[in-house]
Amino acid sequence: MSRLALDDVTVRRGRRVVLDRVSVGFAPGRLTVVIGPNGAGKSTLLNVAAGLLPAAAGTVSLDDRPLTRVPRAELAKRRAYLPQSPRVDWAISVERVVALGLTAHLPAFGGLPATWQPRIDAALARFDLGVLRDRPATELSGGELARVMLARATVGTPDILIVDEPTAGLDPRHALDAARHLRALADEGCTVVVALHDLDLVARIADDVVAVHDGRVSASGAADTVLTEAVLGDLYGVAVRVRRDDEGVAIRFIG
Amino acid sequence: MKGVASRWLVPTLIATLTLLSAASLLAGSVWLAPGTVVSALADPAPSLARLLILEVRLPRLVLALLVGGILGLSGAVLQGLLRNPLAEPGLLGASSGASLGAVIALYYGFSASLALAVPLFGLVGALAAVGVAMALSRNGGTLSLVLAGVAVSTLAGAGISLALNLAPNPYAAYEIMTWLMGSLADRSWDHVVLAAPFVIVGAGLLLLTGRALDALALGERQAESLGIDVNRTRLLALAGTALGVGAATAVTGAIGFVGLIAPHLVRPLLGHRPGAALVPSALAGAAIVLVADLATRLLPGQTELRLGVLVSAVGAPFFLWLVLHVRRTGA
Repeated sequence: MSRLALDDVTVRRGRRVVLDRVSVGFAPGRLTVVIGPNGAGKSTLLNVAAGLLPAAAGTVSLDDRPLTRVPRAELAKRRAYLPQSPRVDWAISVERVVALGLTAHLPAFGGLPATWQPRIDAALARFDLGVLRDRPATELSGGELARVMLARATVGTPDILIVDEPTAGLDPRHALDAARHLRALADEGCTVVVALHDLDLVARIADDVVAVHDGRVSASGAADTVLTEAVLGDLYGVAVRVRRDDEGVAIRFIG
Repeated sequence: MKGVASRWLVPTLIATLTLLSAASLLAGSVWLAPGTVVSALADPAPSLARLLILEVRLPRLVLALLVGGILGLSGAVLQGLLRNPLAEPGLLGASSGASLGAVIALYYGFSASLALAVPLFGLVGALAAVGVAMALSRNGGTLSLVLAGVAVSTLAGAGISLALNLAPNPYAAYEIMTWLMGSLADRSWDHVVLAAPFVIVGAGLLLLTGRALDALALGERQAESLGIDVNRTRLLALAGTALGVGAATAVTGAIGFVGLIAPHLVRPLLGHRPGAALVPSALAGAAIVLVADLATRLLPGQTELRLGVLVSAVGAPFFLWLVLHVRRTGA
């Protein structure tokens, strides 16, 4: 159960301000989706929340403790992070890639204890990867690799999961599956933060939504208060229709 | 299958190295029978065989193991760190820095007054070159490190060419050229004593990077997120290479390709995990240098073939195959 909060965070890249005094909180047991147009600062927001990018000003805190004071190993055990379009550079087997998610749990010397093997098997099964277990990760399709990476990120059962565009390249079934897994993790008490472009999927799984535009948070709150025609229209600069019926929410851009 | 291969790889390599080491003590311009070696070593009375083994072949064998081992190890670490199958120890400037240092000692004739001047200068050159590369790439990440290493190597190469160009007499130029070709001939325990501490400390630093290299297969960001200190890893790899490869090059001259080839020989047998490849790469590197050194002694001909020349002559075609293979598999 971990609460992650950004307070007045500013991030600069060279002279450019990428995030401008952003304050936002991510609560345990809730799935927060970060949305916004390309280049809005979503990935930067996720990176800074994961403690991988230093903030030029402001603080990021984990349970009211500044992230910079949390020891590297403890943070790695509690927080999992998955970047956009991840890559594997060597022909390592799928099983070993998933096992890398347990790096922070390794003993000081020696390999992974056998007691962790069931966890790896469960993660492989959860993402439908049983048959790919021994396949080199360099020979996977984009969608298969995305699933391997999700299994890698969740194998250590983190308190906080930060994922950037996990469904890019996934077919509808696996995208839905992935979304469902993220939802299930949040229901189990994990703090889940996801950047997504597919707004229908956002409407389906999100508890809270943070809308980012030009490095600022333009709207945040419960999903149905942010996923409105007015907010989305402003955010993307395109006219939007939001239809809610028994089958869920459908969002259509009509620019 | 893979599990079996990886379990037997290290014992097999150690067995191979033991056999090669024995061969290296027996073979040469004077062949010794195993019995002669044993009795010569057991009998403390000075004899020709005892002298030959203890003062000529044993230091040469130890140096071959040290040099080959550190080259293979450093190659495996750098390929893992840079996530590039074509990386090799010379990339960061350690080898060319050592070469330049040694060439300076030869050029100014320091080697005439002090026997160990060449390796000492080589060591200083290697440390200086990597130090400069490190300073140039501070806070810049891995790419700027590679670029700085290439710049320093090129500069050192220019210095070597300059020394050859301005050599006071043909003999000096010849001396520089032959040193640059790399060799284990005429090396004594003094060379071993000079290089061994640096090689061992360097190897220690390099071996600390194993776990980080595995995580780095996922890229620097993900490795950081898994609790790996990428900057520390980079520093360990750099310092280890500077000390180990620098000292190795300082005593033997430049021996290319070993660091490039050794990791590729063992990696497919280890499921391509970069961290698992470290010790096997070191053993494979030592085996390559031992075989090459044996070959230089045994190949017929009036002049002994230089170790560096032999390794390059065999290594370059392998490199070509590697480029084609990488292009074909995209691995």
